[in-house]
Amino acid sequence: MAEENQNGKNGNRVSLLQKVKAGMKEDVQSLKTDLPAKAKEQIEGLKDPTKTQVYTSIFRHKHDDTPRNRALGVLSNVFLHLHPAKINRDAVRYSYTWGMGGITFYLFIVLTFTGVLLMFYYHPSKIQAFRDVLYLEHDVPFGKLLRNMHRWAAHLMVIAVWLHMFRVFLTGSYKKPREFNWNVGVILLVLTLLLSFTGYLLPDDQLGFWAVTVGTNMARATPLLGHEGPFGPLLHMTPYNDVRFGLLGGSIVDANALLRSYIWHCIGIPIVASIFMVVHFWRVRKDGGISGPAPVVLASEVKEARK
Amino acid sequence: MWTAVAAFLMAWFIAFFRFFLPRTLFEPATSFKIGYPADYGLGVDTKWQQKYRIWVDRTPDRMFVIYARCTHLGCTPDWKPSENKFKCPCHGSGYDSEGVNFEGPAPRPMDRAHVDIAPDGQILVDVSRLYQWPKGQPSRFNDPGAYLPV
Repeated sequence: MAEENQNGKNGNRVSLLQKVKAGMKEDVQSLKTDLPAKAKEQIEGLKDPTKTQVYTSIFRHKHDDTPRNRALGVLSNVFLHLHPAKINRDAVRYSYTWGMGGITFYLFIVLTFTGVLLMFYYHPSKIQAFRDVLYLEHDVPFGKLLRNMHRWAAHLMVIAVWLHMFRVFLTGSYKKPREFNWNVGVILLVLTLLLSFTGYLLPDDQLGFWAVTVGTNMARATPLLGHEGPFGPLLHMTPYNDVRFGLLGGSIVDANALLRSYIWHCIGIPIVASIFMVVHFWRVRKDGGISGPAPVVLASEVKEARK
Repeated sequence: MWTAVAAFLMAWFIAFFRFFLPRTLFEPATSFKIGYPADYGLGVDTKWQQKYRIWVDRTPDRMFVIYARCTHLGCTPDWKPSENKFKCPCHGSGYDSEGVNFEGPAPRPMDRAHVDIAPDGQILVDVSRLYQWPKGQPSRFNDPGAYLPV
């Protein structure tokens, strides 16, 4: 463009044509020389796909069965790198860990997957909620299976979380340096119970309705924030502005409560729980992996105390 | 600068909580008419339980309306005519025919709703005004408005 401007708007058309011709010649020449080279590269790639640019951009290490490559296989994969590349074999004995933390996480994934599928048929409204549950149970293909997977996985997750906590307590794994992670775990336990509780109301049946009536009536007695709790009346708490009202979106368990329950259950709590899970797993690694029998320390690894 | 950021975040934080407390509610009316005093005989009448969550209770000298909410954790008890008592299905609290607790975890008798005679002679009930008898405290059941003399 710059050259064209120098020659004026009606620049020398002949010279422009020559330029184009020269350019094409260059292109043809480069094709003549490059094509065979490219073809050769393609054939080489077919002979050994692991040497191609595409392959090496995905798999960034060799396949040889060496300790280095095995470690790299774990470290260079976003999903596998959550695991340590090497671990003390005593630390993952099932008789020691019961595998409960992993099972809990597995159940969380099952619940997320089946829960998202259930969302395709469920409407969180007073008119449709229970009808949708019946529809899922009796007509939707695999609906009954999915709903029951969600239900049983939910029950099992609560049990697994408690057993995980019990194991961590029995093995003293809450002690230094894992105090922080124990607290993260307690938060995750509470979030699991809240997920369970908010899911209880969603079928909009008698069982869930009264369970949530009872559960939220306990919130009336919350100190400071409940209208029947200690100091609640002093802060002008009434059934129309206290913590129970905020949870239900009204003074009774009705449409607002169902919708709030649904949103907390499907979006709010899972996001918060996921964030805490990331921290929880990361801290497991940072605190020295799954707790186990004291690791063996070689004499050569012992550092001399600073003087 | 940081004060402005902190104030901004604090404002959002407060707004976040205020957001969860709606101003307008679409809940059933708390005040309604339930017919004439002569419509009710002695004893417990459960005909308004489904619609208004109340029982009309008449004793030889007075008439009152019990708000059908268990004082333990808020379930609706069932009237058991054969046993002459209210029984809560959630945790088993029992109340006599006047709504006074005698078994289970309930901490106090069931609350009574404000009753009045409307200009047209019907009974006017207001369940937003409840009369309680908290444990160890004086009963409000004899307050004017807690019952209708008959």
